[in-house]
Amino acid sequence: MSDRGSRRNTENENRIESVQIDGLVVMKLIKQCHEAESSGNAFAQGALLGLVAETRPDARLEITHCFPFPGLNDETIDDEDFQLTMMRRLRQVNVDHQHVGWYQSAQFANFLSPTLLDTQFAYQTSIEESVCLIFDTAKTSQGFISLKAFRLTAEAIKMYKDGDFSPDVVKDLKLSFESLMEEVPIIIKNSHLMNALLLELKEQLPLDIESAQFLDLGTSGTLETQLRVMMDNVDELNQESIKFNKHQNLVLKQYQDKTRWIQKRQLENQARASRGEDPLPEEDISKAFKPIPPPSRLNPLILSGTIANTADEVSEFCSQSLGKLFITEPLQNAKMSASNAQ
Amino acid sequence: MFGTVNLTVKVHPVVLFTIADSYERRPEGGNRVIGTLVGNVDKQCVEVTNCFCIPHKEHEDKVEADIAYAQEMFELNKKVAPHETIVGWFATGNEITSHSALIHDYYARETKDPIHLTLDTTLSTGRVNMKAYVFVPIGVPRATSGSMVTPVKVQMTASEPEIAGLDLLHKTKHSKTRLVEPVPELTKIADAADKMENMLDIVIKYVESVLAGREEPDSTVGRALVNLVQSVPKMDPVKFEAMLNSNLRDLLMVIYLSSLTKTQLQLNEKLSMVSVNNIREMSKFLQIE
Repeated sequence: MSDRGSRRNTENENRIESVQIDGLVVMKLIKQCHEAESSGNAFAQGALLGLVAETRPDARLEITHCFPFPGLNDETIDDEDFQLTMMRRLRQVNVDHQHVGWYQSAQFANFLSPTLLDTQFAYQTSIEESVCLIFDTAKTSQGFISLKAFRLTAEAIKMYKDGDFSPDVVKDLKLSFESLMEEVPIIIKNSHLMNALLLELKEQLPLDIESAQFLDLGTSGTLETQLRVMMDNVDELNQESIKFNKHQNLVLKQYQDKTRWIQKRQLENQARASRGEDPLPEEDISKAFKPIPPPSRLNPLILSGTIANTADEVSEFCSQSLGKLFITEPLQNAKMSASNAQ
Repeated sequence: MFGTVNLTVKVHPVVLFTIADSYERRPEGGNRVIGTLVGNVDKQCVEVTNCFCIPHKEHEDKVEADIAYAQEMFELNKKVAPHETIVGWFATGNEITSHSALIHDYYARETKDPIHLTLDTTLSTGRVNMKAYVFVPIGVPRATSGSMVTPVKVQMTASEPEIAGLDLLHKTKHSKTRLVEPVPELTKIADAADKMENMLDIVIKYVESVLAGREEPDSTVGRALVNLVQSVPKMDPVKFEAMLNSNLRDLLMVIYLSSLTKTQLQLNEKLSMVSVNNIREMSKFLQIE
């Protein structure tokens, strides 16, 4: 804690290279997110506890525990109170009590939203190393664990600090939808006792629950949903683009009006000077032509980011389905040649 | 009274992980960890879905446990998972001590018929043993009554997402540093295909050895094999080819379209930035005038 002062000075170099998660946290996340999903809540949220391994330059964030937040529909619960009580109690059983981030469940990568960015900004300014963990419930029910850790980039933080999302600011900071959030690689770690436990579990789990579900050939259902989500987002992005273009046109027209007005005034002044009258008083241009406020670029950035993410997920899903199909093809050929040989 | 001995206890993996983690974090000098189990009770089956540990100290003849802590943690848990109730308590270690009876008394007041789960984290038998017990009252009526600790059947259960999580965690067993990264999906498919290949190898070896007379044929296995072969769907090969090809084409088209969308997004960003630049240039001219 004594070197916290020096850490503030090196704010720009305070990058997190990787996130290390305990196996326990992964299991708790799975349990909580799926329970929330089956009980009808939109998504589940919670806090992450852990510590920061200080070995420069490879700063690693270790997450050792997590706890869920109470349901969002119940307004009577005081969030702050819940968190403080929970953390106090966990400290008594020697759990690391440093709050290092938060997690949220999501369906198919549609997690980017202004609220998410706001929360992450609040976290990252109060706690330097916080991350946001996104857990994809739809993919886990297909059999693939999908855990991603995100942080806001330094430029995004600057933009949020000013609270100004105009196109000028975005251009200055060279922000694009890709540099809004950066993904941090995740490593999963287990202690030796956990490994022993895993060996025991492997023997004990009844075999009929073992599912090779991801070898399933039926792919159209999930693909359809993903594509529909993507189409909706593209429509919205289109609307935002139209808004932006309208704004550009208005600014252009205003510029032309301004030039014409200035020229008229100059001609007037020349005419008056030649007639020997006083020139017209200088009028403030900006009062005559009010500047048009540019639309915020936040929404388009978020939408583009979501579409890019969904496109990535769709490609990955398609590539693994292709893999499955390529496996079945030689099997089918073998069967055909076997039946032909008979 | 004997009806309760037919109880089955189903435990989710997350419970065991939490117990092991609490054991690792126990305070200096303690060698046992106790805590509360929460879950659901359903006729003959008790399903344990979560747990949390409680700070406690054991002395020669008494046990100190923070009851307020237990109650508060349960209240907090209830807010997040309102359908979970206290179903019993756990302890690490291999044996039931006299202290366990005292602790069990407390839990008997909290809920009807609590179960007691032990997890042998000290590896005294070389394995992590998990056992469950119920305290059955015995004794002569109108005289001293006590309770008998009866073991009940306990088994692991897991939902499919939990199995997927366990699959990933299993990989840490094989790496020296006990680290593993979440793998991309294609690798998972390759792994699953390998697993299936191995399983098929074993089955084929068994069938061959039965045919060669080396092993006794087992009719249950034979019936299972017949089921397996029958469950392969019979389809006209031409139709199958057509279906395969059309699926292939669909997927390729989707991949192409999504990469196209991504390129379009990049273009969109660049173009809007270019127009911002133009506006700026123009307004600079305006200022100069």
